[in-house]
Amino acid sequence: MLIDWFTVIAQALNFLILVWLMRRFLYKPILHAIDEREKRIVGELADAAAKQTEAQEERDEFQRKNKEFDRQLAALLSQATDEAKAERQRLLDEARQAADALSAKRQETLRNDAHHLNQAISRRTQQEVFAIARKALRDLATTSLEERIGEVFIRRLQGMDGEAKAGLAAALKTSSSPARVRSAFDLPAEERAAIQQALNETFSAEIAVRFETAPDLISGIEFTTNGHKVAWSIADYLLSLEKGVGELLTKKDTSQAKAEPQSEEPQPQTQSH
Amino acid sequence: MRLSPDEIIFWQYGFFKLNATIVLTWGLMFVLAVGSLLITRKLSTGLRRSRWQNFVEIIVTAIEKQIEEVGLRHPKKYLPFLGTLFLFVAAASLGTVIPGYEPPTGSLSTTTALALCVFVAVPLFGIEEQGVGGYLKSYAQPTAIMLPFNIISEMSRTLALAVRLFGNMMSGAMIIGILLTITPFIFPIAMTALGLLTGMVQAYIFSILAAVYIAAATRVRRPKPEPEAKH
Repeated sequence: MLIDWFTVIAQALNFLILVWLMRRFLYKPILHAIDEREKRIVGELADAAAKQTEAQEERDEFQRKNKEFDRQLAALLSQATDEAKAERQRLLDEARQAADALSAKRQETLRNDAHHLNQAISRRTQQEVFAIARKALRDLATTSLEERIGEVFIRRLQGMDGEAKAGLAAALKTSSSPARVRSAFDLPAEERAAIQQALNETFSAEIAVRFETAPDLISGIEFTTNGHKVAWSIADYLLSLEKGVGELLTKKDTSQAKAEPQSEEPQPQTQSH
Repeated sequence: MRLSPDEIIFWQYGFFKLNATIVLTWGLMFVLAVGSLLITRKLSTGLRRSRWQNFVEIIVTAIEKQIEEVGLRHPKKYLPFLGTLFLFVAAASLGTVIPGYEPPTGSLSTTTALALCVFVAVPLFGIEEQGVGGYLKSYAQPTAIMLPFNIISEMSRTLALAVRLFGNMMSGAMIIGILLTITPFIFPIAMTALGLLTGMVQAYIFSILAAVYIAAATRVRRPKPEPEAKH
């Protein structure tokens, strides 16, 4: 008999026990471990996906902020540049204005100084020239020259036109005081006599004459009576000369004043750089 | 000539006896249980795990997948029964590499016990799934005429399970025994290797057939396909 029924029963029991044992020690723990692992992997994957999403969001946020920051930076920079430009322009304008004002003031001062100096120099020159001329003429006014001057005076007296002569004659008549004959130098007695004679002849009367010496006449003779005058002097020439020189200087001054601003114009430009 | 380890009896008291089959089965049970205990004692749920854990995970998931492929919807429910069938038969034949060992599945008593377990388990699972009425009705499918044939089929396939496994395992051991007496070198080793392969195939066939029977019994309102495996 190949089948032993006791063994069959025993083996069946053994097998059922083995099923229980394997279930207890093998399948349950292994399946549990696998499930746990799968759960864990699913969790980790979900976690990773969440983290990835979060990272993506953070990256987007960061990029957005970065862009915003760049934009703000550019705006600030451009604003700062504009402000700096405006400030620079303002400062430059101020500086230019200040330089212009200073330059104008300086030019004005210079011009004034030059003008004053010119005037002073010309005045001084004038004075000196005429002083020298006066002095030279005074030195040159020798007796013969004074004689000549006397002759010239007498000739003038004689050469007067009718009106002037009449005026003078009337003045001589009305005058209570004697007529004066002033000269820059002492007239010698012959000259005095010649002048007296000439006066007497001219007005056909005995004219009372008082001779005086006046150094400021500069080689001249003057006959005055009651507001009328007959004179000859080189001081007249000098005066007219002085006037001519003065006019010349004034003309030169104005032309200089016109030319100066043109020559000084480039200066502010060079100062602005 | 000894055909079965049943014949080696260590102790007997009337009907009760302790033969080599039972002792070897105990040995196998011990090895399987202790091995499982040792491996599953320190299970890792993380991504890093020991080689042994990996090994048993592969076996368990492979069995589970096979059960699913056969057509059982909840493989975890049938895994302990079908998986243990496979592991026991496979371990019994793998043990043949140890000299002096005889597979307990080489005993018709053992294979009959296993076939009877399947014979009992199939209606149990079927009733659990379809209810008593639903399960019993399946015997009269597609017509009532088929009822006796279905019952005969139920009996015969249980017998076939038992005899197929016994014949294969016994013949393997027998061939090696005979060959050892004729050509003691090389050939027995080759035949042992072949025996290992046969044992694995038998373990697979036994458990797959059991799974197919259970699947057929638990399938609701479907014509029963009758896969006939002849080995």
